[in-house]
Amino acid sequence: MSAIEIITRVHASSIEAWGESNPNALVLSGDLTTSCEIDGFRDKFPDRFLSMGLAEQNMMSFAAGLAREGFIPHVHTFAVFMYRRALDQIEMSIAYPNLPVKLFGFLPGVTTPGGASHQAINDIAVIRSLPNFTILETGDATDVESVIQLANSINGPVYIRMVRGALPRLFPAEDKIKLNKARVISEGEDIALFSSGSCTEEAMRAVEILRSCGVSIQHLHVTTLKPFSDPQVISAIKGARFGTISMENHSINGGLGACVAEIIAEYGLETRLIKIALDDTYLQGASTKFLMSHYGIDAFALITQVEKLIGKQLNLREEDLKQARIDKYFNEKQQEAL
Amino acid sequence: MPKNIRPIPENGQDLRYISNDNWITDCQIVANAIRRRVLSHTVKHGGYLSQACSSAEAFSYLYTKGMNLGPSKGPLLPPSFSGSPSTNNQEQKSGMLYNGERHPDKDRFFLSPTHYALTLYATLIETGRLGEKGLDQFNVDGSTVEMIGGEHSPGHETNGGSFGQTISQAAGVAWARQKKGDKGIVWIFLSDGECQEGQTWEAIMTMSFYRLENIKIIVDANGQQVDGRTDEVMALRDLEAKFKAFGASTTTIDGHDFKSLHQAFAQPHSDKPLVVIANTEPFRGINLLKARYPNLHYIRFKNDEERENYVKALDNME
Repeated sequence: MSAIEIITRVHASSIEAWGESNPNALVLSGDLTTSCEIDGFRDKFPDRFLSMGLAEQNMMSFAAGLAREGFIPHVHTFAVFMYRRALDQIEMSIAYPNLPVKLFGFLPGVTTPGGASHQAINDIAVIRSLPNFTILETGDATDVESVIQLANSINGPVYIRMVRGALPRLFPAEDKIKLNKARVISEGEDIALFSSGSCTEEAMRAVEILRSCGVSIQHLHVTTLKPFSDPQVISAIKGARFGTISMENHSINGGLGACVAEIIAEYGLETRLIKIALDDTYLQGASTKFLMSHYGIDAFALITQVEKLIGKQLNLREEDLKQARIDKYFNEKQQEAL
Repeated sequence: MPKNIRPIPENGQDLRYISNDNWITDCQIVANAIRRRVLSHTVKHGGYLSQACSSAEAFSYLYTKGMNLGPSKGPLLPPSFSGSPSTNNQEQKSGMLYNGERHPDKDRFFLSPTHYALTLYATLIETGRLGEKGLDQFNVDGSTVEMIGGEHSPGHETNGGSFGQTISQAAGVAWARQKKGDKGIVWIFLSDGECQEGQTWEAIMTMSFYRLENIKIIVDANGQQVDGRTDEVMALRDLEAKFKAFGASTTTIDGHDFKSLHQAFAQPHSDKPLVVIANTEPFRGINLLKARYPNLHYIRFKNDEERENYVKALDNME
């Protein structure tokens, strides 16, 4: 794989550009302005930036009030302080009235060394159960760059699972994130692979090696978790000889794997599904690289599961993966303060 | 059965401008009628009666003197529930239509403890905004005149049932209205019990931080909550000091006294929200309730004899 471009603070420039052309756009921060890359917006549009302090319940309901008056609030904080701390407010103030509030939830799962209190491992599971909500998940610079526009094209509440810091550009800048349409990364007939968020870059690395071992994979990068009815997903499952694998930086319950399982059951597709995910556990505070490996959601974990599915040992070692590592592994750049 | 001592006006619009010397008398007539209507409903079906006893004057004052609302845009007979809002269901009308059309110069009303819905419905009827028959739909399956009001229920704009949320939503509305240059006020009705919710204080802190002087809050401090006396469930101690400490302009009054209500809300409060703590009695006007004190949250009669006593009280009401 060729060297991949790494871009830093993509959301920062993207939200500023959005503010420039959308006077109704407001940005709200729960005392995590630099951490959520909205410090530039704050400095550029101080009249449309609302510092809400450490009071997330109020921030959610307040945002709903702003939306009732025709503004579009872009709420920023760590995801855990949204769907855990202020769930009732998200439900009764935002979801019930179907208001156009856009929630930018940062630090999904393994992407922070902040420990269990900061790691959003079940946000998709929780928010997927809320009527009216759309869920988008970003995995690279292009996703992050184009997700604000997509979120604003949806007339209702949207939860966006954000990655931040130094991001790889896995997809061309003009190939923007689309609603309910996965990106096809590679074509193949042996296995259908659905990956999301930070797991996609890991998966890409493994898929390349697997191809050299003669395993062909239909690899899709999923960016919409709700709704989940992309026909490409169904046809990928149908077209896979050995079965389906899902791979996500989220709990094994209620996330991408569960979405795929529901599709398999609803359409009566006869296939096996292996879910690569956080196996019903909280994590600890540590580096992304360590956590992905320790909790089995990295490239090597994928190879192991592929071997299981095809019933054949490929005799690959971790060192083989290192050979295929994309440029400088972006997580080395991602070790930032909270 | 209730005696009609006063014709119900055509629509709320005429009432606000009671500028005659007798406005207090007129307000009291409306307050008495609210109590009577809630009692008359309660003897038949049970209900949230003590809330009407404590807040009848406040609701009467807000709807006939305090708030600047346009005429009701809601049908006298409320529509039935057509499903929760969604992209595929835009049919459901907001209950705020009963408070008049949105207009930059007009006020907005937010009922936070929607367990007071019955009192609000009665107020809307007594001020001509809702038909008398509207109350027949109270708590009837499929109706929007729900027991605990939703945002589709007459007079409501939010789902306030989970406490602490409406005040924050109203704060967001007030920020937006201030930004847009609206002249209208955002009125919020709170109860004292819900001041136990942390979000209430997050909201007051935010209102004062953003200098939202277009907010007027009334707190019905009746000292009651579901389990009984607030002092015994989770004492709030000095409520006014708390609001003041969080940055509001505050005053405490006798919530049954119209002159005090009027003076309290007339006071200037530049750069700050105004909080008026209305000390009230949960059995005001219906002495029988004292026998059940402090278990007043929801009235279900224990036997026919008790019900008969309330029927008699209703007959004797002015």
